[in-house]
Amino acid sequence: MAKADRTLSPAGRLPMPARFQALGQTYGAALALLALIIYNIGFTPFFLNPATVNSNLTQVAPVVIVAVGMTLVIATGGIDLSVGALMAVAGALAPLIFLNTLLPSDYPFIGIGLALIVPVLVAGAFGLFNGSLVAYFKIQPIIATLVLFIAGRGIAQVVTNGRLQNFTNPGFQYIGIGRPFGLPFQVILMVVIVAALAWAMRATTFGRYVLAVGGNEAAARLAGVPVTRIKLAVYGISGLLAGLAGLIAIAINASSDANSVGLDMELDAIASVAVGGTPLTGGRATVIGTLIGALIIQLIRYTLLAHGIPDAVARIVKAAIILAAVYIQRQRRA
Amino acid sequence: MEQSEPTAPLLEMTAIGKTFPGVLALQDASLRVGRGEVHALIGQNGAGKSTLIKILTGAYRRDSGTVRFAGQVVDFQSPQQAQAGGVSTIYQEVNLVPFRSVSENIFLGREPRRWGLIDWRRMNREAAAILDRFGIHLDVTQPLLTLNVAIQQMVAVARAVSFDSKLVVMDEPTSSLDEQEVATLFTVIRQLKAEGVSVVFVSHRLDELYAVCDRVTIMRDGRTVAERAMGEIGKLELVALMLGKDLSVVQRSGTTAFADGVHHAAAELIRADDLRQGRRLQGASVQVRAGEIVGLAGLLGAGRTEVARALFGADAVDSGEVRLDGKPVHFKSPRDAIRAGIGFCSEDRKTEGIIPYMSVRENLTLAVLPTLARRGIIARDKQQALVDQFVQRLGIKTSGPDQPVRELSGGNQQKVLLARWLCMNPRLLLVDEPTRGIDVGAKGEIQALINELADAGLGVLMISSELEELTEGCDRVVVLREGRTVAEFPHATVSQGAIMAAMAHGSESAPVEAVHG
Repeated sequence: MAKADRTLSPAGRLPMPARFQALGQTYGAALALLALIIYNIGFTPFFLNPATVNSNLTQVAPVVIVAVGMTLVIATGGIDLSVGALMAVAGALAPLIFLNTLLPSDYPFIGIGLALIVPVLVAGAFGLFNGSLVAYFKIQPIIATLVLFIAGRGIAQVVTNGRLQNFTNPGFQYIGIGRPFGLPFQVILMVVIVAALAWAMRATTFGRYVLAVGGNEAAARLAGVPVTRIKLAVYGISGLLAGLAGLIAIAINASSDANSVGLDMELDAIASVAVGGTPLTGGRATVIGTLIGALIIQLIRYTLLAHGIPDAVARIVKAAIILAAVYIQRQRRA
Repeated sequence: MEQSEPTAPLLEMTAIGKTFPGVLALQDASLRVGRGEVHALIGQNGAGKSTLIKILTGAYRRDSGTVRFAGQVVDFQSPQQAQAGGVSTIYQEVNLVPFRSVSENIFLGREPRRWGLIDWRRMNREAAAILDRFGIHLDVTQPLLTLNVAIQQMVAVARAVSFDSKLVVMDEPTSSLDEQEVATLFTVIRQLKAEGVSVVFVSHRLDELYAVCDRVTIMRDGRTVAERAMGEIGKLELVALMLGKDLSVVQRSGTTAFADGVHHAAAELIRADDLRQGRRLQGASVQVRAGEIVGLAGLLGAGRTEVARALFGADAVDSGEVRLDGKPVHFKSPRDAIRAGIGFCSEDRKTEGIIPYMSVRENLTLAVLPTLARRGIIARDKQQALVDQFVQRLGIKTSGPDQPVRELSGGNQQKVLLARWLCMNPRLLLVDEPTRGIDVGAKGEIQALINELADAGLGVLMISSELEELTEGCDRVVVLREGRTVAEFPHATVSQGAIMAAMAHGSESAPVEAVHG
């Protein structure tokens, strides 16, 4: 058996080709990103211009924030289709709060504070709802989260009566357009979230448990892992992060449209996770990989647009490249 | 039918060999089934029954040997081909389409047609007629899932018969049936027999074999070791052949790494009384004292694993009492049991033991993690020290603690799993077949380790199918039969013969010095 041979080789080292493959598996996505960056530095005008960099990072930040939550869900062997709809829910609630229609208040900063917190918590609660369908009722994750994928956007439209909400509120919009130290605020938020969850996956009991549940649920349960709580937690976190991304999205646009906030986000997030090297079968996960995956997809789109390729064509190319990335990783693992 | 001169058997599988990567599954296995005969096929886990059946039904290809069926040499490439050729299989878990009607299931894939459309009336009529033959009268238009498992199995049988099958293979058909349902199934089997259809019947319940089978083929370690008429073989001999023991020779010591002797058993640690759980457990009792190894013996399906899982809080029981240190406990989950100082090393390493893609370090410390962490943050130095200690103590061969556990050999994976429990310093360790499927060297090491741990005061409940492990290693041996504790032997009086007799007959009719627990 190939596996047995591996163990028996001297000093437990993998044979040369296998080590090469393992290297590619770990750094493949990073190398692809590097190649994209080098290509753009060489051939795309103004690529390193701070405005271009900021715009690329700003666009990718909400995707990364959602995709990191998705990474945890996928690590348990699940999937979360509801993230885009939960972004719309959070995006619909926030203006209602700071525009005083929902919770009238004499102190605007309280309104802003609540507008930043309540929608995120509501999205988190919806996430827990997803989690309870999966953990208690043993519904397949794709169906369980399909429920809110469908209902979530409907809820957002109902609470806003389907109206577009336009607003100007610098306090609230700081989350989307603030520039501390010249860096977009949401990019800082993205970096903090990626760093925190990458650390948590490595260094905490929670992180180990997430991987154990996805790797072998029956064995994890017998080893005392609180499987139900872990599943609730990952869907809850995914919901919280989707809510946060929803706030960023409406803050940038200075308007909230329940029809369009977070549209297709679940697909972008899943693609980022897959391109980043986290297998959809669960048990393994790389948060940093997901960041890289999202950056790759963003840069591919940017590169094609910058070179005058129409968006419709860019979508096809994007899909092809996702397919290629996932296929290559599949080959390496086999 | 030709009663006198036995013509050529319906099925003749001779000298069948099959190798899987790294495993010799079958070696000189054979199976002969006469026409209209109900033939039992028995053997321990890993004896090769399933592999042999899968070769017969075309699910696997054989490496060597010949299969003659109905007088012709056959080589079925797929279950569909086997079915067309007259061999149908009914699995333990019914594999029909639950949402479709009974008649649709019976005729699935070859529905009677009229003008290109399904002739529903004819289909329903014929389905009902087939079921009538077995004395089953039901509305054939109702969906399969509204019926109980036994009736679903009858539908599977009806489907097989409607293919004009000459041979129906039933792979543990009774394991999920209650007694009345088993009786119904037996009626059907006898009806098949009366119609000249042969049946291969796989079951671990000896009484069932005697109730319905004509002949029996016994397999062990990938070989066919005996073929007898059911009426000519006693239960004890059957068990002895399955386990590969000569009844006249009873070895007492020297084949395992267990020290032959009694440990200093102290106070009672855990005690389970009259555990009941459906048909799987029907009054199982066992007790373990600190510092002793208690062996749990029984045939496959006797409820050994179920007892361990019940003690560990992994499965709920219908009734019965578990006491830890004399106080009743109700573990809702393994987590509760672990907190109380109990470890459970499950039998199936792959499906219930290792987390394949996690490292040796993470696998080893999975159960102990809460005590290594502060506010949920794992103390890496403590974790590493613990891993180093146990890798060294158990002699786990690995390239390093970061190596994924799936790359280790079976014996080393088993050591990692034992270490998972030992590193939390448990009071009671439940081990299910701790030495199955690992090489001889690792086997001895693990036996010696369990022995040493009991000396140090650990209570051990060891499930084992190896009689040497039970007679040599254990201070007491508790024997389960069909979910019930039937005998208990102290180390001084235990013998392989006594254990086998209890497995075969239960204590009541066993001519041995059975002590009731």
